[in-house]
Amino acid sequence: MGTSSPETLLVCEHCDTVYRRRPLARGEVATCARCGAELERHHALSVNAMLALILTAMIVFVQANMWPIVTLGLSGQQSSTTLWGVILAMWREEAKVVSVLVAATLFFFPLMKMLLLGWLLWFGKAGRRAPGFVPLMVALHRLGPWTMSEVFVLGALVAIVKAHTYFDVTPDPGIYAYAALTLLITIFAGVDLRQLWDQVPERAA
Amino acid sequence: MSALPRAAELGLIACTVCGLVCRNVPGDPQLDGDGVDDAMACPRCGSTLRRRKPHSYTRTWALLIAAFILYIPANVLPIMRTASLNDVDDNTIISGVVELWVKGSPDLAIIVFTASIVVPMLKFLALGTLLVSSQRGSGWARTQRARLYRLVELIGYWSMLDVFVVALLTALVRFSVLSLVEPLPGVIFFGLTVVLTMLASMSFDPRLIWDGKDTDD
Repeated sequence: MGTSSPETLLVCEHCDTVYRRRPLARGEVATCARCGAELERHHALSVNAMLALILTAMIVFVQANMWPIVTLGLSGQQSSTTLWGVILAMWREEAKVVSVLVAATLFFFPLMKMLLLGWLLWFGKAGRRAPGFVPLMVALHRLGPWTMSEVFVLGALVAIVKAHTYFDVTPDPGIYAYAALTLLITIFAGVDLRQLWDQVPERAA
Repeated sequence: MSALPRAAELGLIACTVCGLVCRNVPGDPQLDGDGVDDAMACPRCGSTLRRRKPHSYTRTWALLIAAFILYIPANVLPIMRTASLNDVDDNTIISGVVELWVKGSPDLAIIVFTASIVVPMLKFLALGTLLVSSQRGSGWARTQRARLYRLVELIGYWSMLDVFVVALLTALVRFSVLSLVEPLPGVIFFGLTVVLTMLASMSFDPRLIWDGKDTDD
């Protein structure tokens, strides 16, 4: 055991079992023999492809936030809202905790995640470590499960069905932008960001 | 030593943030589950290296119990008020599900029921089971318990569904006297419950499942 350098080892996060790292074939996923958790997966996406995805996600994110999500009609009156309309409404209605939760999980955290990834990948494309690489990678790790755009899409669907009984409901472009954003998020949710540590060597900082 | 060596047996320690495997960490290799050992920074990302998440049992229990306490008002208190010309209707989580079911969307009713009732209850039961069995060092159904933990991690945040529904309806349904939706305190308790259960499952260290007396392999 004494001969292997630490970089060639892999430790299962879920049970602490040590493995020797080996190159994975396309589409291959290494799972832990003890507990069954995923250890590592092969990355079909290059840094360039991921950067393209992030840029697309940013554009869609702007649209999802600017355009109204849905319009309700009741005897000639119309009412529509954007995500920020939701956040402000909850703030005004004395549900400030919920307002902050919504703002964080649907706006600030996803935005931070995309900006951080975009920044790190932009420099990673040139084989360099972005300024602030280490603290930003740690921040990205900490953001973890706190982005919830996909839950919001399902929530919007439920809200539309509930409102449908009493109002005329017209879906607006924002909901489609959100649906597209969810698809993009699903694609890069499967990407293990830890590969950046290995792909961009430290000396180039 | 079993065929699958564990990091602690080899004097290795893996960084939980960047995944780097480091060696020769001083400290008592005895794993008592309270996660306190000599602090050392990861040479790659600077995070503190720990064999186990610090005070995993205490923190998880505290967050789980707090979440459970808040889950009671979240269910008892109404989460949303629907006011129109002729009536005012306060909805709880359950009455919202029933309404969806009766109004002809049983599929969505099942989704909301799953997200708001089944998932939080599952988290309380699952984390409670994991805590008790791991604290006893039980070797019972380790693989299944590991899988249960991963399930809890995966589905946890979907409980936020009802909170988003209430928020969206509040912003949308504002036709002055004709029709209004207001959030009620239940939704705040429910949002906090979801956050606390997420924190609870994050502070539980799944490696503790495997730390008890080795009887399985």
